[in-house]
Amino acid sequence: MNLMIDRRTFLKGTGGFLAVSFLLPSAVFAQQAAANAGPELPGDLRNHPQLSSWLRINADGTVNLFIGKVELGQGALTAVGQVAAEELVIDFNRLVILAGDTELCPDEGTTAGSQTMPNCAPAVQQAAAEIRAILRKLAAEKLGVGEDTLTLADGTITSGGQSVTYWDLVADLQLEVDATGTAPLLPIAEHKVIGQNIPRVDIPAKMTGEAIFVQEMNPEGVLYGAIARPPTYKATLNDVDLAPIEAMPGVRQVIRNGSFLGVIAERQDQAWAAADALERTANWNVPTGLPGHDGMEEWLLTAEAEEKEWKNTVRADGTAVAETYEAQYYRPYHMHGSIGTSAAIAQKGEDGKITVWTHSQSVWATAAAIEKMLGLAEGMVHAIHTEGSGCYGHNMADDAAADACLLANAMPGTPIKLQYTRAGEHKWEPYGSAMVNKLSATLDAEGNILDWEHHIYSTPHGSRPGGNPGNLLSARYLDPPFEQPTPNDGGPPNFSATRNGLTNYELPGERVVTHFIREMPLRVSSTRGLGAYANVVAIEQFIDELAVKAGADPVEYRLRFLKDERMRDVLTRCAEAFGWDNYERQPNRGRGIAIARYKNYAAMTAVAVEVQVTRRNGLVRVLRAVTANDGGHIVSPDGMANQVEGGAIQAFSWALKEEVKFDNTQVLSTDWASYPILTFGEVPPVENVLIDRPGEPYLGNGESSQGPAGAAVANAIADAIGTRMRHGPYTPDRVLDAIRNA
Amino acid sequence: MSNSGPEQVTESWKEEVIPMLNFRLNGQDVSVDAPGNATLLSVLSNDLKQAGPKFGCGLSQCGACSVLIDSDPVRACQTQAQAAVGRSVTTLEGLREDGEPNALQRAMIAEQAAQCGYCANGMIIVAQALLDRNPTPTEQDVRSALNGNLCRCGTHNRIVRAVLRAAQEA
Repeated sequence: MNLMIDRRTFLKGTGGFLAVSFLLPSAVFAQQAAANAGPELPGDLRNHPQLSSWLRINADGTVNLFIGKVELGQGALTAVGQVAAEELVIDFNRLVILAGDTELCPDEGTTAGSQTMPNCAPAVQQAAAEIRAILRKLAAEKLGVGEDTLTLADGTITSGGQSVTYWDLVADLQLEVDATGTAPLLPIAEHKVIGQNIPRVDIPAKMTGEAIFVQEMNPEGVLYGAIARPPTYKATLNDVDLAPIEAMPGVRQVIRNGSFLGVIAERQDQAWAAADALERTANWNVPTGLPGHDGMEEWLLTAEAEEKEWKNTVRADGTAVAETYEAQYYRPYHMHGSIGTSAAIAQKGEDGKITVWTHSQSVWATAAAIEKMLGLAEGMVHAIHTEGSGCYGHNMADDAAADACLLANAMPGTPIKLQYTRAGEHKWEPYGSAMVNKLSATLDAEGNILDWEHHIYSTPHGSRPGGNPGNLLSARYLDPPFEQPTPNDGGPPNFSATRNGLTNYELPGERVVTHFIREMPLRVSSTRGLGAYANVVAIEQFIDELAVKAGADPVEYRLRFLKDERMRDVLTRCAEAFGWDNYERQPNRGRGIAIARYKNYAAMTAVAVEVQVTRRNGLVRVLRAVTANDGGHIVSPDGMANQVEGGAIQAFSWALKEEVKFDNTQVLSTDWASYPILTFGEVPPVENVLIDRPGEPYLGNGESSQGPAGAAVANAIADAIGTRMRHGPYTPDRVLDAIRNA
Repeated sequence: MSNSGPEQVTESWKEEVIPMLNFRLNGQDVSVDAPGNATLLSVLSNDLKQAGPKFGCGLSQCGACSVLIDSDPVRACQTQAQAAVGRSVTTLEGLREDGEPNALQRAMIAEQAAQCGYCANGMIIVAQALLDRNPTPTEQDVRSALNGNLCRCGTHNRIVRAVLRAAQEA
């Protein structure tokens, strides 16, 4: 298995890196100790202050970068690597990056919430600056010169005619030392790597067929697993005859534990065939009672909910209310919809320890949940992050890891690979929750907002493993079953159902209430943006409706209430690039714009689109799109553009096509025909305007364009047909109905 | 709920053993001993350890498993391995020239035409087949050719630019 070899080579190739970190003279030590009461450390350096947890300079001229955030296709490794190379003043290509190994990397929690650039990058940047400072001091001593005479280039420190390299300075020395937080970062004017488009380290392998995804790896002696799922969530297994399954071609072992059924076979397709035969021949007790996709909006409004008021700014002035306006919006369940189904490889060693190669976003917490599921002691599951298909949140990566471990635990010594079928992923992944947003506003005589009220109805958004086996799908079917914990709603500053539920506008009165429903008709968890998508789509449609009512331009109307200068800049730049002010109206076409600041404190993104609606059949086509983005100081312009554009296109797909279908028993969206997504012919050209803010914090851009993109499409459809789509997705049938009922 | 008796279900999986599949893979003759009902994707991944073609749906819906048989792109997940017998199969790794990325692969790298990159195999295989029969495609030609390949990350426009770039630089 290439991956395993790579890891071993990695560890060996550094000459045993544990013995080649640096040694500090005692004087430096004393300074370090004295500085312990120094400034607060940035990002995840707070939890892992030891410099060698992040970076190790090796005698062979390479530098190891260890991070706890992982590559999900968002370019994390490259962007964080850029920051490290910059502050160390080394060539980027010297870096050997290792991410998400529970035994080798600093535990940075889950790679989610656009948190890699805000929390991992500043930690690495400061750690690199501290190491540079230490090496400069060592170099000055070695060369017998003053530090102010030193110049640095690619790990070589020069003074006058003499020089010494990082690799010379660290040879055969060892030290573990904590960051002080006092080492200065390089002046921005000297940046040579941050702000540049460094090609992503993971892309060449992906274009040439070098194994890099866990799905591509087939280690020597591997056997293949598959899980037989019940017809629906709460079904239980009455009885099943295992004998005919055990006699199927290639089947090595059939595992039954409670209502859990797993298979190990010689080939992946044989394992799938056996699992399929198990599913179809087993006798299940199948409950009904799901609300069905058409009943979901009403269900959300009537289900038992906990009400929480998150904001209540009472209007102080006495302006007379001229009118009250209200609207209700619905977001259906959305899938993560990874193109590659989730997979994992697990192997139980002679010491009883299980190693699992997984594309989980939360290797530490998932390993902990698996340990508890299998009754293993802490540390007995070693999780190694290995790339998978893009996940966009909590998909089935963790379930696959758990399932591979369940099977590997039953067959010690043998590596077990497991990849789900398409139906296995589509039906069982935790979806992005369906939501209802009810908005109302009172208006003055000019149509300006006086009092704004927003009611959010949602089931949970977070059921990541979090160390609890009840969050692993298969664990709920074991005997005895692990109970699924009931997720909580997240509060400020990140929120979950209420994420972006508060506006970014300065309104005279604003009240926001969340109706949090703990019951989960369909399995749900974190899906790109959590509640932000539905909330931004609703808020940005509602304000658009109010602008139209007031006879105002939607950009100008927003600017009446948008006071933050950076956000105003984003909106204005987006409108300019779109050609908003000299837009030429054409029949059956419309334009729409929307803006949000993700989580109300992170990246700011505006999206403008032009759509065409075919009145005959209700088909909506996005003709072109413009994004404008302020994500703080830009590390990788191309990486940022890729994330913002990708998020917008995915949101166009959500808005126009996507809804998880289900009846009173089970999920009906089982493949790409029953859950279609946007195709090449439907994807518009996108122009991305990037606003750089040197010196400002990195804000992270994984999720910021989602909400504005969905809202811009809805607003453009309304502009084109003169009537509002408030129920997603905006499919031809629904648009046609709206046209007919207008 | 039980749809069918065990014998009935498992019967359909009774194996027809084919002694040996012989075909050309990336310019080399290969012989594989695989079950008769195995798909080409299964044989390429399981037996021949090819990393390029990937399982995405098993239903010919997404294109992640695409390979070339002779010069035609096919969905390996729904192609019987026997269909390759006596023919020439090219995978993503087989497009490399002397171990180096070919023009299209270089263009995909230059355009950074990926986020997760799981779909890239299918994009490159289908686009290569397009370029082989039409070296100067229009943007519309490229979008039409790739319309059956799904990308979830929203990297479509970069992929289109990469294919056009490869055509231009050829």
